[in-house]
Amino acid sequence: MSSLANSAVLSVDRLSVSFTDANGVLHALEDVSFAVQPRQFVSVLGPSGCGKSTLLRILGGLLSPTKGAVTFRGQPLIRPRREIGFVFQNANLMPWRSVFANIALPLELQGLPAEEIAARVDELIDLVGLHGFEDWLPRDLSGGMAQRVAIARALAHDPEVLLLDEPFGALDALTREQMEAELLRIWRLRRKTVIMVTHAIPEAVYLSDRVIVLSPRPGRICLDTPISLPRPRQQALQYTPEFGELALRLRAAIG
Amino acid sequence: MRTRRTWLLLISLATLLLGWQTVIWLVDLPSFILPAPISVARRFWLIVQDGSLARHLGTTVTEVLLGLALGLFSATLLGYLLAKSPTVERLLSPYIVASQAVPMVAVAPLLVIWLGPGMLSKVLIAALIVFFPVLVNTVVGMRAVPEELRALMRSLQATRWQTLRLLEIPAALPVFFGGLRVGATLAVIGAVVGEFVGADRGLGFLINLGRGLYDTALVFVSVFVLIGLALALYGIVVALEARLLAWQQRPDP
Ligand SMILES: Nc1ncnc2c1ncn2[C@@H]1O[C@H](COP(=O)(O)OP(=O)(O)OP(=O)(O)O)[C@@H](O)[C@H]1O
Ligand SMILES: [Mg+2]
Repeated sequence: MSSLANSAVLSVDRLSVSFTDANGVLHALEDVSFAVQPRQFVSVLGPSGCGKSTLLRILGGLLSPTKGAVTFRGQPLIRPRREIGFVFQNANLMPWRSVFANIALPLELQGLPAEEIAARVDELIDLVGLHGFEDWLPRDLSGGMAQRVAIARALAHDPEVLLLDEPFGALDALTREQMEAELLRIWRLRRKTVIMVTHAIPEAVYLSDRVIVLSPRPGRICLDTPISLPRPRQQALQYTPEFGELALRLRAAIG
Repeated sequence: MRTRRTWLLLISLATLLLGWQTVIWLVDLPSFILPAPISVARRFWLIVQDGSLARHLGTTVTEVLLGLALGLFSATLLGYLLAKSPTVERLLSPYIVASQAVPMVAVAPLLVIWLGPGMLSKVLIAALIVFFPVLVNTVVGMRAVPEELRALMRSLQATRWQTLRLLEIPAALPVFFGGLRVGATLAVIGAVVGEFVGADRGLGFLINLGRGLYDTALVFVSVFVLIGLALALYGIVVALEARLLAWQQRPDP
């Protein structure tokens, strides 16, 4: 194996996933291999139902593959780990917990003392810009605010890797832009490895170091390309020819 | 809003009393058929004063509370196991469904024969009546825990106990309370049925006593006290629910 594979944080090797139910066997992913380097921002792009969420659940240790291997820092990944944080497709907050208590959940589960939890949650609330909303309940939050809480919660126990499943899919265009900038800022500040699932091509190009495109079911990698646009990036980048060219290439790969 | 509701309630109660009194005035019924409101009030005051109401009410309340506690405990425990284990469910659900075809009222005499006329048989009857609605609501509530939140807890490596305490119980609570509300009133019925069958104290016994002595005013008093007891229990459950499930209620528009 190459040195790149050795230094990888997360890697999957010849991964296949199929679901068996009453209607027979459904092949969700087939022969997927890639390795993610530390602090890389990787987007996984693909049409609906091609197995993006399935892939992410495997990377999070929530699901085991039918065939193939997943490794975290060279060790087989067979169950969820603290080093990997997960942001779900919908904010997935506990409706009976306040903003503060939702963010505190991972720390509470770790059994940290209350003062330390309070200090760390306060810091996270500042990071995602939710100051003053600590006592709000999820039902009173906008979609963007809820997603900020979800991101803060995933960062609470300071994981190395952040997995995001279409985190901004349900947001309106303006909130979405704002949240993308926010995510970039957090990623720079906290130096995380990020793997994000999306089906928005511009979002993938704008945010990522690298985009992996999956084909329609069964999902296989049909393109794995670096995005070498200079950083820091501004939203205006989206209107340059280089950006447009990359976006077109990705669009063509999806088919 | 609240004071208006209180007024409406008072007015409807007054109307009811007035209607009752009017019937007494218009039709000359013997008092063992329909006693006048005032004689019911007098009878009430009498058993308050000689302390017998407190004694009988105390017995019934104890039976109801113990029965409710026993029924709740066993139903939530079994409900949790049923929701968690398909094997347990497949094993037990035929019996549980069949048990619903057994009219508890008809089984009550058996329990009294086996366990004697003391408190135990009433507690058990109350517990049995409470059991089913609470069981069903526990299972439904546990099933209603969102799969995504379960995945969240797994991704955070929560233990089984943490998942129960921090996710399953709070998520199942709204549905569970539906069962508890029904259960609380059913427990009163269970205890009274038990007392009808055989007892020497309790409100059910008092009703039997009044009937035997043609003391219909006493029957009325007992029935009203029972209604009050059931309403009070219901009110406690609703208040508890409002407190624990404040996150669910939107402020009144
Ligand atoms: N637990 C499961 N049992 C059976 N089939 C499943 C299961 N999970 C996913 N699938 C199927 O696998 C395929 C891929 O699902 P997945 O959720 O990974 O797609 P996706 O790319 O995330 O789609 P979307 O963009 O709509 O979120 C779908 O056809 C889905 O129906
Ligand atoms: Mg998905």
